[in-house]
Amino acid sequence: MKVENNTEKVITPLNTGDQIAKANYKKALNREKMTIWLGRIVVGVVIFGLWEILSGRVMNEFWLSKPSAIVTRLYDMAKSGDLWFHTSFTLQEALIGLVIGMIIGTIVGILLALSGRLDKWLSPYIMALYSLPRVALAPLFVVWFGIGMTSKIIMVVAMVVFVAFYNAYEGIKNMDQDLLDMMRTYKASKLKTLTWVILPSITVWILTSLRLNIGMALIGAVIAELIGSSQGLGYYITYSSSLLDITGVFAGLVIIMLIAVIMEQIIVQMEKRLLKYR
Amino acid sequence: MAEANIKLELKNLSVRYLTKGQNTLALNDVNIKVKDGEFVSVVGPSGCGKSTLLKVVSGLLKPAGGTALIDNKEIKGVPSDVGMVFQNDALLPWKTVLENVRLPLAIANQSKAQQLDRARELIKMVGLEGFEGFYPKQLSGGMKKRVALARTFAHDPSIFLMDEPFGPLDAQTRVSIGEEFLKIWERVGKSVLFITHDIEEAIALSDRVLVMSNRPGTIKAEFTVPLERPRPFYDIRFDSRFKELQREVWESLADVEKESEEFRV
Repeated sequence: MKVENNTEKVITPLNTGDQIAKANYKKALNREKMTIWLGRIVVGVVIFGLWEILSGRVMNEFWLSKPSAIVTRLYDMAKSGDLWFHTSFTLQEALIGLVIGMIIGTIVGILLALSGRLDKWLSPYIMALYSLPRVALAPLFVVWFGIGMTSKIIMVVAMVVFVAFYNAYEGIKNMDQDLLDMMRTYKASKLKTLTWVILPSITVWILTSLRLNIGMALIGAVIAELIGSSQGLGYYITYSSSLLDITGVFAGLVIIMLIAVIMEQIIVQMEKRLLKYR
Repeated sequence: MAEANIKLELKNLSVRYLTKGQNTLALNDVNIKVKDGEFVSVVGPSGCGKSTLLKVVSGLLKPAGGTALIDNKEIKGVPSDVGMVFQNDALLPWKTVLENVRLPLAIANQSKAQQLDRARELIKMVGLEGFEGFYPKQLSGGMKKRVALARTFAHDPSIFLMDEPFGPLDAQTRVSIGEEFLKIWERVGKSVLFITHDIEEAIALSDRVLVMSNRPGTIKAEFTVPLERPRPFYDIRFDSRFKELQREVWESLADVEKESEEFRV
Protein backbone atom coordinates (compact mmCIF):
# COMPACT_ATOMS: atom_id res chain seq x y z
CA MET A 1 0.00 0.00 0.00
CA LYS A 2 1.27 3.39 -0.95
CA VAL A 3 -0.17 6.75 -0.24
CA GLU A 4 0.02 9.67 -2.63
CA ASN A 5 1.17 12.52 -0.54
CA ASN A 6 2.33 14.89 -3.23
CA THR A 7 -0.82 17.02 -3.09
CA GLU A 8 1.18 19.59 -1.19
CA LYS A 9 4.19 19.45 -3.48
CA VAL A 10 2.67 20.51 -6.78
CA ILE A 11 1.82 24.03 -5.90
CA THR A 12 1.96 26.70 -8.54
CA PRO A 13 1.15 30.28 -7.68
CA LEU A 14 -1.70 30.55 -10.22
CA ASN A 15 -3.03 28.27 -12.92
CA THR A 16 -5.06 29.32 -15.95
CA GLY A 17 -8.38 28.03 -14.64
CA ASP A 18 -7.96 30.28 -11.64
CA GLN A 19 -7.15 33.22 -13.85
CA ILE A 20 -10.31 32.85 -15.94
CA ALA A 21 -12.44 32.51 -12.83
CA LYS A 22 -10.73 35.59 -11.44
CA ALA A 23 -11.42 37.62 -14.61
CA ASN A 24 -15.11 36.65 -14.54
CA TYR A 25 -15.34 37.53 -10.91
CA LYS A 26 -13.74 40.91 -11.57
CA LYS A 27 -16.25 41.66 -14.31
CA ALA A 28 -19.17 40.88 -12.01
CA LEU A 29 -17.58 43.03 -9.35
CA ASN A 30 -17.18 45.97 -11.74
CA ARG A 31 -20.81 45.72 -12.79
CA GLU A 32 -21.86 45.73 -9.14
CA LYS A 33 -19.69 48.79 -8.51
CA MET A 34 -21.21 50.62 -11.49
CA THR A 35 -24.75 50.02 -10.24
CA ILE A 36 -23.84 51.35 -6.81
CA TRP A 37 -22.36 54.53 -8.26
CA LEU A 38 -25.27 55.04 -10.61
CA GLY A 39 -27.67 54.74 -7.67
CA ARG A 40 -25.66 57.25 -5.68
CA ILE A 41 -25.72 59.79 -8.50
CA VAL A 42 -29.49 59.40 -8.91
CA VAL A 43 -30.06 59.97 -5.17
CA GLY A 44 -27.87 63.10 -5.31
CA VAL A 45 -29.66 64.52 -8.37
CA VAL A 46 -33.07 63.93 -6.80
CA ILE A 47 -32.17 65.57 -3.46
CA PHE A 48 -30.43 68.62 -4.93
CA GLY A 49 -33.00 68.89 -7.74
CA LEU A 50 -35.88 68.96 -5.24
CA TRP A 51 -34.06 71.53 -3.11
CA GLU A 52 -33.43 73.69 -6.17
CA ILE A 53 -37.02 73.47 -7.46
CA LEU A 54 -38.87 73.77 -4.15
CA SER A 55 -36.78 76.66 -2.87
CA GLY A 56 -38.47 79.92 -3.82
CA ARG A 57 -41.64 78.13 -4.88
CA VAL A 58 -42.90 76.07 -1.95
CA MET A 59 -40.49 77.42 0.68
CA ASN A 60 -38.96 80.80 1.27
CA GLU A 61 -35.63 81.04 -0.51
CA PHE A 62 -34.33 83.52 2.06
CA TRP A 63 -34.28 80.90 4.83
CA LEU A 64 -33.36 77.92 2.74
CA SER A 65 -31.07 79.21 -0.01
CA LYS A 66 -30.58 76.83 -2.92
CA PRO A 67 -27.81 74.76 -4.51
CA SER A 68 -27.24 77.09 -7.46
CA ALA A 69 -26.88 80.09 -5.12
CA ILE A 70 -24.41 78.17 -2.96
CA VAL A 71 -22.30 77.18 -5.98
CA THR A 72 -22.29 80.79 -7.20
CA ARG A 73 -21.23 81.95 -3.74
CA LEU A 74 -18.38 79.43 -3.64
CA TYR A 75 -17.24 80.64 -7.05
CA ASP A 76 -17.32 84.29 -5.92
CA MET A 77 -15.44 83.41 -2.74
CA ALA A 78 -12.79 81.59 -4.72
CA LYS A 79 -12.36 84.58 -7.01
CA SER A 80 -12.11 87.14 -4.20
CA GLY A 81 -9.64 84.96 -2.26
CA ASP A 82 -12.00 84.64 0.73
CA LEU A 83 -12.31 80.93 0.15
CA TRP A 84 -8.62 80.18 0.62
CA PHE A 85 -8.27 82.80 3.36
CA HIS A 86 -10.79 81.01 5.60
CA THR A 87 -10.22 77.44 4.45
CA SER A 88 -6.45 77.52 4.90
CA PHE A 89 -6.84 78.81 8.45
CA THR A 90 -9.27 76.08 9.48
CA LEU A 91 -7.33 73.43 7.61
CA GLN A 92 -4.09 74.36 9.34
CA GLU A 93 -5.66 74.22 12.79
CA ALA A 94 -7.32 70.89 12.08
CA LEU A 95 -4.24 69.26 10.56
CA ILE A 96 -1.71 70.51 13.11
CA GLY A 97 -4.06 69.58 15.96
CA LEU A 98 -4.80 66.20 14.39
CA VAL A 99 -1.13 65.31 14.05
CA ILE A 100 -0.23 66.46 17.58
CA GLY A 101 -3.27 64.77 19.13
CA MET A 102 -2.75 61.52 17.24
CA ILE A 103 0.92 61.32 18.22
CA ILE A 104 0.36 62.15 21.89
CA GLY A 105 -2.72 59.94 22.22
CA THR A 106 -1.16 56.97 20.46
CA ILE A 107 2.13 57.12 22.36
CA VAL A 108 0.42 57.50 25.74
CA GLY A 109 -1.99 54.69 24.81
CA ILE A 110 0.86 52.33 23.93
CA LEU A 111 2.88 53.21 27.03
CA LEU A 112 -0.04 52.87 29.44
CA ALA A 113 -1.22 49.60 27.90
CA LEU A 114 2.27 48.17 28.39
CA SER A 115 2.79 49.78 31.80
CA GLY A 116 1.23 47.00 33.87
CA ARG A 117 -0.28 48.96 36.73
CA LEU A 118 -0.06 52.65 35.90
CA ASP A 119 -3.02 52.45 33.52
CA LYS A 120 -5.22 51.15 36.35
CA TRP A 121 -4.24 54.11 38.53
CA LEU A 122 -4.94 56.66 35.82
CA SER A 123 -7.96 55.15 34.08
CA PRO A 124 -10.73 56.80 36.17
CA TYR A 125 -9.20 60.24 35.58
CA ILE A 126 -8.78 59.69 31.86
CA MET A 127 -12.35 58.41 31.69
CA ALA A 128 -13.58 61.51 33.56
CA LEU A 129 -11.77 63.85 31.18
CA TYR A 130 -13.04 61.87 28.22
CA SER A 131 -16.68 62.11 29.32
CA LEU A 132 -16.37 65.86 29.79
CA PRO A 133 -18.00 67.64 26.83
CA ARG A 134 -14.83 69.16 25.50
CA VAL A 135 -16.79 71.71 23.52
CA ALA A 136 -17.35 73.41 26.88
CA LEU A 137 -13.60 73.88 27.19
CA ALA A 138 -13.40 76.12 24.12
CA PRO A 139 -14.07 79.38 26.03
CA LEU A 140 -11.41 78.39 28.55
CA PHE A 141 -8.83 77.81 25.80
CA VAL A 142 -9.65 81.19 24.27
CA VAL A 143 -9.10 82.84 27.66
CA TRP A 144 -5.81 80.99 28.18
CA PHE A 145 -4.33 81.10 24.70
CA GLY A 146 -6.01 84.08 23.04
CA ILE A 147 -8.10 84.22 19.89
CA GLY A 148 -5.22 83.29 17.58
CA MET A 149 -4.50 79.89 16.15
CA THR A 150 -2.99 78.37 19.31
CA SER A 151 -6.30 78.13 21.19
CA LYS A 152 -7.90 76.41 18.19
CA ILE A 153 -5.10 73.89 17.84
CA ILE A 154 -5.34 73.09 21.56
CA MET A 155 -9.08 72.58 21.12
CA VAL A 156 -8.50 70.20 18.22
CA VAL A 157 -5.93 68.27 20.25
CA ALA A 158 -8.42 67.96 23.11
CA MET A 159 -11.00 66.53 20.71
CA VAL A 160 -8.63 64.12 19.01
CA VAL A 161 -6.36 62.83 21.74
CA PHE A 162 -8.82 60.55 23.53
CA VAL A 163 -9.94 58.59 20.49
CA ALA A 164 -6.27 58.09 19.57
CA PHE A 165 -5.48 57.04 23.13
CA TYR A 166 -8.29 54.51 23.50
CA ASN A 167 -7.66 52.95 20.10
CA ALA A 168 -3.94 52.49 20.70
CA TYR A 169 -4.64 51.13 24.19
CA GLU A 170 -7.21 48.62 22.96
CA GLY A 171 -4.96 47.69 20.07
CA ILE A 172 -2.15 46.74 22.45
CA LYS A 173 -4.51 44.85 24.75
CA ASN A 174 -5.80 42.84 21.78
CA MET A 175 -2.40 41.84 20.45
CA ASP A 176 -1.81 38.17 19.65
CA GLN A 177 0.02 36.84 22.71
CA ASP A 178 1.58 34.01 20.68
CA LEU A 179 3.37 36.53 18.48
CA LEU A 180 4.86 38.20 21.54
CA ASP A 181 5.88 34.82 22.98
CA MET A 182 7.45 33.98 19.64
CA MET A 183 9.48 37.20 19.73
CA ARG A 184 10.57 36.41 23.26
CA THR A 185 11.82 32.94 22.33
CA TYR A 186 13.93 34.61 19.62
CA LYS A 187 15.24 36.99 22.29
CA ALA A 188 14.16 40.01 20.27
CA SER A 189 15.08 43.45 21.57
CA LYS A 190 12.33 45.87 22.64
CA LEU A 191 12.90 47.94 19.50
CA LYS A 192 12.62 44.92 17.19
CA THR A 193 9.46 43.76 18.98
CA LEU A 194 8.03 47.25 18.53
CA THR A 195 8.76 47.48 14.81
CA TRP A 196 8.04 43.88 13.81
CA VAL A 197 5.04 43.12 16.01
CA ILE A 198 3.59 45.91 18.14
CA LEU A 199 3.29 48.71 15.59
CA PRO A 200 1.98 46.50 12.76
CA SER A 201 -0.52 44.95 15.22
CA ILE A 202 -2.03 48.29 16.09
CA THR A 203 -1.87 49.84 12.62
CA VAL A 204 -5.50 48.88 12.04
CA TRP A 205 -6.47 50.60 15.27
CA ILE A 206 -4.45 53.72 14.53
CA LEU A 207 -6.01 54.03 11.09
CA THR A 208 -9.47 53.66 12.62
CA SER A 209 -8.77 56.40 15.12
CA LEU A 210 -7.33 58.59 12.36
CA ARG A 211 -10.51 58.18 10.38
CA LEU A 212 -12.78 58.98 13.34
CA ASN A 213 -10.54 61.89 14.26
CA ILE A 214 -10.83 63.71 10.94
CA GLY A 215 -14.39 64.61 11.87
CA MET A 216 -13.37 65.36 15.45
CA ALA A 217 -10.57 67.67 14.33
CA LEU A 218 -12.89 69.67 12.09
CA ILE A 219 -15.49 69.93 14.85
CA GLY A 220 -12.81 71.15 17.26
CA ALA A 221 -11.46 73.75 14.86
CA VAL A 222 -14.86 75.10 13.83
CA ILE A 223 -16.22 75.24 17.38
CA ALA A 224 -13.16 77.10 18.62
CA GLU A 225 -13.63 79.55 15.77
CA LEU A 226 -17.29 80.05 16.68
CA ILE A 227 -16.26 81.12 20.19
CA GLY A 228 -13.82 83.76 19.14
CA SER A 229 -11.93 84.31 15.94
CA SER A 230 -11.50 86.67 13.04
CA GLN A 231 -10.74 84.08 10.43
CA GLY A 232 -11.63 80.52 9.44
CA LEU A 233 -14.70 78.66 8.25
CA GLY A 234 -16.30 78.66 11.69
CA TYR A 235 -15.90 82.41 11.79
CA TYR A 236 -17.34 82.73 8.27
CA ILE A 237 -20.38 80.68 9.26
CA THR A 238 -21.16 82.73 12.41
CA TYR A 239 -20.49 85.95 10.57
CA SER A 240 -22.85 84.95 7.73
CA SER A 241 -25.57 83.81 10.10
CA SER A 242 -25.40 87.07 12.04
CA LEU A 243 -26.16 88.83 8.74
CA LEU A 244 -28.94 86.25 8.05
CA ASP A 245 -26.92 85.27 4.98
CA ILE A 246 -28.08 81.63 4.77
CA THR A 247 -26.27 81.02 1.49
CA GLY A 248 -23.04 81.98 3.25
CA VAL A 249 -23.72 79.55 6.08
CA PHE A 250 -24.35 76.74 3.62
CA ALA A 251 -21.26 77.65 1.60
CA GLY A 252 -19.16 77.29 4.79
CA LEU A 253 -20.78 73.95 5.59
CA VAL A 254 -20.17 72.64 2.07
CA ILE A 255 -16.47 73.47 2.30
CA ILE A 256 -16.16 71.69 5.66
CA MET A 257 -17.93 68.69 4.22
CA LEU A 258 -15.62 68.61 1.20
CA ILE A 259 -12.53 68.77 3.42
CA ALA A 260 -13.82 65.85 5.49
CA VAL A 261 -14.56 63.74 2.41
CA ILE A 262 -11.16 64.42 0.82
CA MET A 263 -9.26 63.67 4.03
CA GLU A 264 -11.26 60.50 4.53
CA GLN A 265 -10.37 59.39 1.01
CA ILE A 266 -6.69 59.96 1.75
CA ILE A 267 -7.01 57.66 4.77
CA VAL A 268 -8.81 55.03 2.69
CA GLN A 269 -5.89 55.01 0.25
CA MET A 270 -3.44 54.74 3.15
CA GLU A 271 -5.41 51.79 4.52
CA LYS A 272 -5.30 50.01 1.17
CA ARG A 273 -1.54 50.41 1.12
CA LEU A 274 -0.78 49.54 4.75
CA LEU A 275 -3.29 46.72 5.13
CA LYS A 276 -2.80 44.97 1.82
CA TYR A 277 -1.76 41.82 3.66
CA ARG A 278 -5.33 41.28 4.86
CA MET B 1 30.34 10.97 30.81
CA ALA B 2 26.78 9.79 30.22
CA GLU B 3 25.45 12.92 31.89
CA ALA B 4 27.45 15.19 29.62
CA ASN B 5 25.31 14.77 26.55
CA ILE B 6 21.98 15.46 28.22
CA LYS B 7 20.51 18.42 26.37
CA LEU B 8 17.45 19.00 28.46
CA GLU B 9 16.64 17.77 31.92
CA LEU B 10 13.52 18.35 33.97
CA LYS B 11 13.75 17.27 37.59
CA ASN B 12 10.65 17.00 39.83
CA LEU B 13 9.15 19.87 37.93
CA SER B 14 5.84 21.29 39.10
CA VAL B 15 3.90 24.24 37.74
CA ARG B 16 1.03 26.13 39.29
CA TYR B 17 -1.42 28.41 37.59
CA LEU B 18 -3.20 31.22 39.36
CA THR B 19 -6.37 32.04 37.49
CA LYS B 20 -9.33 33.92 38.98
CA GLY B 21 -8.12 33.30 42.50
CA GLN B 22 -7.92 29.55 41.85
CA ASN B 23 -4.64 27.85 42.31
CA THR B 24 -4.38 24.86 40.01
CA LEU B 25 -1.53 22.42 39.82
CA ALA B 26 -0.83 22.01 36.11
CA LEU B 27 2.25 19.82 36.29
CA ASN B 28 3.38 17.66 39.18
CA ASP B 29 6.72 15.95 39.66
CA VAL B 30 7.63 15.74 35.98
CA ASN B 31 10.96 14.10 35.14
CA ILE B 32 12.19 14.16 31.57
CA LYS B 33 15.60 13.79 30.00
CA VAL B 34 16.33 14.57 26.37
CA LYS B 35 19.73 13.60 25.06
CA ASP B 36 21.66 15.57 22.50
CA GLY B 37 20.14 14.83 19.10
CA GLU B 38 17.30 12.79 20.57
CA PHE B 39 13.69 13.04 19.43
CA VAL B 40 11.31 12.71 22.37
CA SER B 41 7.53 12.91 22.12
CA VAL B 42 5.03 13.51 24.89
CA VAL B 43 1.52 12.20 24.33
CA GLY B 44 -1.40 12.76 26.64
CA PRO B 45 -5.05 13.72 26.83
CA SER B 46 -5.95 17.29 25.97
CA GLY B 47 -5.60 19.71 28.83
CA CYS B 48 -3.04 17.61 30.68
CA GLY B 49 -0.47 20.40 30.72
CA LYS B 50 1.63 19.34 27.74
CA SER B 51 1.85 22.87 26.41
CA THR B 52 2.69 24.18 29.86
CA LEU B 53 5.72 21.92 29.78
CA LEU B 54 7.08 23.66 26.69
CA LYS B 55 6.41 27.08 28.15
CA VAL B 56 8.65 26.21 31.08
CA VAL B 57 11.44 24.92 28.83
CA SER B 58 11.25 28.00 26.61
CA GLY B 59 11.49 30.19 29.70
CA LEU B 60 8.08 31.81 29.19
CA LEU B 61 6.77 30.35 32.45
CA LYS B 62 8.45 29.92 35.83
CA PRO B 63 8.08 26.54 37.52
CA ALA B 64 6.71 26.41 41.07
CA GLY B 65 9.08 23.65 42.07
CA GLY B 66 11.83 21.43 40.74
CA THR B 67 14.44 22.39 38.19
CA ALA B 68 14.67 22.70 34.44
CA LEU B 69 18.16 22.45 32.95
CA ILE B 70 19.45 22.98 29.44
CA ASP B 71 23.06 21.85 28.96
CA ASN B 72 23.17 21.38 32.75
CA LYS B 73 22.42 25.05 33.31
CA GLU B 74 19.24 26.14 35.00
CA ILE B 75 16.78 27.90 32.69
CA LYS B 76 16.55 31.54 33.70
CA GLY B 77 14.61 33.74 31.36
CA VAL B 78 14.44 32.68 27.74
CA PRO B 79 17.33 30.38 26.77
CA SER B 80 19.07 31.48 23.60
CA ASP B 81 19.01 28.22 21.68
CA VAL B 82 15.47 26.89 21.97
CA GLY B 83 13.26 26.97 18.90
CA MET B 84 9.56 26.96 19.55
CA VAL B 85 7.13 25.82 16.86
CA PHE B 86 3.66 26.99 17.81
CA GLN B 87 0.47 25.12 17.09
CA ASN B 88 -0.98 28.12 15.24
CA ASP B 89 2.35 28.90 13.51
CA ALA B 90 2.62 32.42 15.02
CA LEU B 91 3.48 33.92 11.65
CA LEU B 92 3.40 37.68 11.27
CA PRO B 93 0.35 38.29 9.05
CA TRP B 94 1.71 41.65 7.82
CA LYS B 95 4.97 40.18 6.57
CA THR B 96 5.63 38.13 3.46
CA VAL B 97 6.97 34.59 3.56
CA LEU B 98 10.48 35.89 2.96
CA GLU B 99 10.23 38.46 5.76
CA ASN B 100 8.77 35.93 8.18
CA VAL B 101 11.61 33.50 7.59
CA ARG B 102 14.16 36.31 7.82
CA LEU B 103 12.87 37.42 11.24
CA PRO B 104 15.20 35.40 13.52
CA LEU B 105 18.19 36.43 11.38
CA ALA B 106 17.15 40.09 11.60
CA ILE B 107 16.90 39.74 15.36
CA ALA B 108 20.39 38.25 15.37
CA ASN B 109 21.55 41.39 13.51
CA GLN B 110 22.98 39.62 10.49
CA SER B 111 23.63 41.71 7.40
CA LYS B 112 20.60 42.18 5.18
CA ALA B 113 22.19 40.32 2.25
CA GLN B 114 23.05 37.40 4.51
CA GLN B 115 19.52 37.32 5.91
CA LEU B 116 17.93 37.23 2.48
CA ASP B 117 20.30 34.57 1.15
CA ARG B 118 19.72 32.28 4.07
CA ALA B 119 15.96 32.87 4.10
CA ARG B 120 15.69 32.05 0.38
CA GLU B 121 17.73 28.90 0.91
CA LEU B 122 15.42 27.74 3.74
CA ILE B 123 12.27 28.56 1.79
CA LYS B 124 13.61 26.37 -1.00
CA MET B 125 14.39 23.63 1.50
CA VAL B 126 10.78 23.46 2.72
CA GLY B 127 9.53 23.49 -0.87
CA LEU B 128 8.04 26.99 -1.05
CA GLU B 129 10.18 28.46 -3.80
CA GLY B 130 8.15 31.01 -5.74
CA PHE B 131 6.06 32.00 -2.73
CA GLU B 132 8.56 34.41 -1.16
CA GLY B 133 6.33 37.43 -1.78
CA PHE B 134 3.10 35.84 -0.52
CA TYR B 135 1.39 36.83 2.72
CA PRO B 136 0.39 34.12 5.23
CA LYS B 137 -3.29 34.76 4.47
CA GLN B 138 -2.70 33.61 0.89
CA LEU B 139 -1.21 30.26 1.94
CA SER B 140 -2.81 26.94 2.85
CA GLY B 141 -2.41 25.47 6.34
CA GLY B 142 0.34 23.14 5.18
CA MET B 143 2.25 25.93 3.49
CA LYS B 144 2.02 28.14 6.57
CA LYS B 145 3.43 25.27 8.60
CA ARG B 146 6.37 25.06 6.19
CA VAL B 147 7.02 28.75 6.67
CA ALA B 148 6.95 28.30 10.44
CA LEU B 149 9.40 25.41 10.16
CA ALA B 150 11.70 27.37 7.85
CA ARG B 151 11.69 30.25 10.34
CA THR B 152 12.60 27.90 13.18
CA PHE B 153 15.42 26.44 11.08
CA ALA B 154 16.63 30.00 10.43
CA HIS B 155 16.88 30.48 14.19
CA ASP B 156 18.95 27.27 14.24
CA PRO B 157 18.23 26.22 17.83
CA SER B 158 19.94 23.28 19.50
CA ILE B 159 16.60 22.01 20.76
CA PHE B 160 13.24 22.21 18.98
CA LEU B 161 10.14 22.59 21.13
CA MET B 162 7.09 21.64 19.14
CA ASP B 163 3.59 22.12 20.48
CA GLU B 164 1.24 19.93 18.42
CA PRO B 165 2.73 21.57 15.36
CA PHE B 166 0.82 19.44 12.86
CA GLY B 167 -2.39 19.41 14.89
CA PRO B 168 -4.57 21.74 12.82
CA LEU B 169 -3.64 20.17 9.46
CA ASP B 170 -5.76 17.67 7.54
CA ALA B 171 -4.60 14.04 7.60
CA GLN B 172 -2.98 14.04 4.17
CA THR B 173 -1.00 17.25 4.66
CA ARG B 174 -0.06 16.08 8.10
CA VAL B 175 1.64 13.01 6.74
CA SER B 176 3.51 14.82 3.97
CA ILE B 177 4.74 17.59 6.27
CA GLY B 178 5.67 15.09 8.96
CA GLU B 179 7.66 13.13 6.42
CA GLU B 180 9.54 16.16 5.18
CA PHE B 181 10.21 17.38 8.68
CA LEU B 182 11.58 13.97 9.60
CA LYS B 183 13.92 14.03 6.58
CA ILE B 184 15.23 17.49 7.38
CA TRP B 185 15.59 16.62 11.05
CA GLU B 186 17.53 13.45 10.26
CA ARG B 187 19.99 15.72 8.45
CA VAL B 188 20.41 18.40 11.13
CA GLY B 189 20.16 16.00 14.08
CA LYS B 190 19.04 18.42 16.79
CA SER B 191 17.17 17.49 19.96
CA VAL B 192 13.39 17.69 19.79
CA LEU B 193 10.73 17.75 22.47
CA PHE B 194 7.54 17.07 20.58
CA ILE B 195 4.04 17.44 22.02
CA THR B 196 1.17 15.65 20.33
CA HIS B 197 -1.96 13.64 21.00
CA ASP B 198 -1.43 11.50 17.90
CA ILE B 199 0.18 8.20 18.94
CA GLU B 200 1.12 7.17 15.39
CA GLU B 201 2.81 10.47 14.72
CA ALA B 202 4.70 10.25 18.00
CA ILE B 203 6.02 6.75 17.30
CA ALA B 204 6.88 7.42 13.66
CA LEU B 205 8.96 10.45 14.59
CA SER B 206 10.51 9.66 17.94
CA ASP B 207 13.27 7.81 19.68
CA ARG B 208 11.22 7.74 22.85
CA VAL B 209 7.53 8.32 23.62
CA LEU B 210 6.40 9.56 27.03
CA VAL B 211 2.81 9.23 28.20
CA MET B 212 1.49 12.03 30.34
CA SER B 213 -1.40 11.73 32.76
CA ASN B 214 -4.29 14.11 33.16
CA ARG B 215 -4.10 17.25 35.29
CA PRO B 216 -1.96 17.56 37.26
CA GLY B 217 0.25 16.27 34.46
CA THR B 218 2.97 13.81 35.28
CA ILE B 219 4.88 11.22 33.23
CA LYS B 220 3.05 7.90 33.56
CA ALA B 221 5.00 5.68 31.20
CA GLU B 222 7.98 5.71 28.90
CA PHE B 223 8.51 3.71 25.69
CA THR B 224 11.64 3.38 23.61
CA VAL B 225 10.94 3.17 19.90
CA PRO B 226 12.86 0.14 18.54
CA LEU B 227 12.85 1.36 14.93
CA GLU B 228 16.05 2.14 13.06
CA ARG B 229 16.70 5.41 11.21
CA PRO B 230 16.29 6.73 8.64
CA ARG B 231 12.74 5.44 8.56
CA PRO B 232 9.95 5.85 6.04
CA PHE B 233 7.55 8.12 7.90
CA TYR B 234 4.39 6.59 6.48
CA ASP B 235 5.27 3.00 5.61
CA ILE B 236 6.85 2.39 9.00
CA ARG B 237 3.29 2.21 10.35
CA PHE B 238 2.88 -1.23 8.79
CA ASP B 239 5.93 -2.62 10.60
CA SER B 240 4.94 -5.21 13.21
CA ARG B 241 7.13 -3.55 15.88
CA PHE B 242 5.32 -0.29 15.20
CA LYS B 243 1.92 -1.98 15.61
CA GLU B 244 2.93 -3.57 18.84
CA LEU B 245 4.28 -0.38 20.33
CA GLN B 246 1.23 1.51 19.16
CA ARG B 247 -0.97 -0.89 21.09
CA GLU B 248 1.16 -0.57 24.24
CA VAL B 249 1.09 3.22 24.15
CA TRP B 250 -2.63 3.13 23.41
CA GLU B 251 -3.31 0.93 26.44
CA SER B 252 -1.19 3.10 28.66
CA LEU B 253 -3.06 6.20 27.48
CA ALA B 254 -6.40 4.44 27.96
CA ASP B 255 -5.41 3.71 31.58
CA VAL B 256 -4.63 7.37 32.08
CA GLU B 257 -8.02 8.37 30.68
CA LYS B 258 -9.80 5.83 32.85
CA GLU B 259 -8.04 7.00 36.01
CA SER B 260 -8.93 10.59 35.34
CA GLU B 261 -12.53 9.62 34.73
CA GLU B 262 -12.71 7.83 38.06
CA PHE B 263 -11.05 10.82 39.61
CA ARG B 264 -13.74 13.10 38.26
CA VAL B 265 -16.57 10.93 39.69
